[in-house]
Amino acid sequence: MIEVRALSKSFDGVSVLRDVDLVVPEGEVTCVIGRSGSGKSVLMRHLVGLLHPDAGRVIVDGAPLDELTYSELRTVRRKFGVLFQGGALFDSMTAHQNVEFPLRTFTDLTRREVRQRADECLALVELPDAGSKMPSELSGGQQKRVALARAIAIEPKYILYDEPTSGLDPETSNTIDELIDRLGSTMGTTSVVVTHDMHSVLSIADRIAFVHDGTIPWTGSVDDLHAATDPTLLSFVRANEYQIGAPARTA
Amino acid sequence: MELSPPDPPARPSAFAERLRDAVAPLWAVPAGLLHGLGAYLLLLARAFNLPRDLSPRLYGRNVAEQMVQVGIDSIPIVALATAFSGGVVVVQAIYQLENPLLPLTIVGTFAEQSILLELGTLVTAFVLCGRVGARIAAELGTMRVKEQIDALEAMGLNSVSYLVVPRVVAGVLMFPVLYVVAAVVGMLVGAVTAELSGELTMGTYWEGARLFFRPYDVFFGLVKSVVFGFVITSIACYTGYRAKGGASGVGEATTRAAVLGCVYVLLADYLCAAILL
Repeated sequence: MIEVRALSKSFDGVSVLRDVDLVVPEGEVTCVIGRSGSGKSVLMRHLVGLLHPDAGRVIVDGAPLDELTYSELRTVRRKFGVLFQGGALFDSMTAHQNVEFPLRTFTDLTRREVRQRADECLALVELPDAGSKMPSELSGGQQKRVALARAIAIEPKYILYDEPTSGLDPETSNTIDELIDRLGSTMGTTSVVVTHDMHSVLSIADRIAFVHDGTIPWTGSVDDLHAATDPTLLSFVRANEYQIGAPARTA
Repeated sequence: MELSPPDPPARPSAFAERLRDAVAPLWAVPAGLLHGLGAYLLLLARAFNLPRDLSPRLYGRNVAEQMVQVGIDSIPIVALATAFSGGVVVVQAIYQLENPLLPLTIVGTFAEQSILLELGTLVTAFVLCGRVGARIAAELGTMRVKEQIDALEAMGLNSVSYLVVPRVVAGVLMFPVLYVVAAVVGMLVGAVTAELSGELTMGTYWEGARLFFRPYDVFFGLVKSVVFGFVITSIACYTGYRAKGGASGVGEATTRAAVLGCVYVLLADYLCAAILL
């Protein structure tokens, strides 16, 4: 379980997160929604210790990240797979090498097993033939899917997704949503999805946390969202051209 | 008895404020230098103070790749630069030999001393500040701004150690090799230039080169090349790793790597001469 307690963060005197509390239960998909610049990605980076809070703390499986040594922090980070907004694929490596990188680095698998697992992951994101391509030869959406394949390669306990469906066509977005859902239901993976795509949220979320102006004024389930009366939340949801109660996106 | 409120803190006088404003910019320069030096040393400490991360499996291939990029791929440009340097040294030595009492062998001596002690290392270092330093800074800077370094960290890898150690090790190992290439090419081209000048023969040139040759000169050159290799690659890693922003941030990091590399190579050159000669 991941717990965020009274977390605050400022950059150059500008407050981005203020007194944020959040609990990410194991085996569930928690969607963090909110407008661009509301602090969602900053919150996600705190979860894996890429940013240090000015106040408050993040606790992963009972371990407060701020009390860990760098070596211990890296051990905790190996429980995570992270899909960055831009993919963050290594430019100098092929898609295969990108997906194989964490497997070669952190596991004792043989070359054949590593390649087999990489092929499985690329097939999961529907890119079975992209292995030999360099990131520059892939479209933005394909890069994001390869990055997702890399994030799930070592079957991490937690996967953090930063805008996983932004820039993707509806069909591919559905594929990604299904994959996130399947990882949770079949492997018990805990997912934190930072997004403003309400269709995705309705498809995959077990819990929703709404970030607004550096705080989390509302958390709840999809059912709670249907009954929500928080004006800022409703304004955000309506701005997504989604009517509460409408069906989720179909391919 | 009624207590009077405490006196408000004394405000600095106008003179003190003006003095503070005048001194602040002067302090900003050394403060910036100290801050930069501290950050540079911390980066190196984090890179090298984790022996458990230095498993051959993780780093061996990376070091080998960097040795090719830093060393082998640099041989043509280093050879070209030192070939011209060797030729120019001989041409200038002959030009300055106006005194008929001076033996022609001094041309070879002059070339040997210049190339082995100074030009072989310094010309190589300046060339590599541009070729190797700028490449490393651009590579790491791009990784930084495209979140690739964050991706390494998020995986649980020590990104500093993973990215910096192979490059610095490659620099330290390959710069002496490049120095040897530079010295050999410089001396050979010097010999050819001497022969083509018509003023002296190759035999006279090599006789002069052997006359005052000391093995310590080569040792000195090798030590300097190790120091320069460390300085250039570590500074390039530092500027690249700390790049901010987008393309302009990468450009700035690249420029800083080249400029700071040259400046600190000159400083290291002086220190090596002062300590070792």
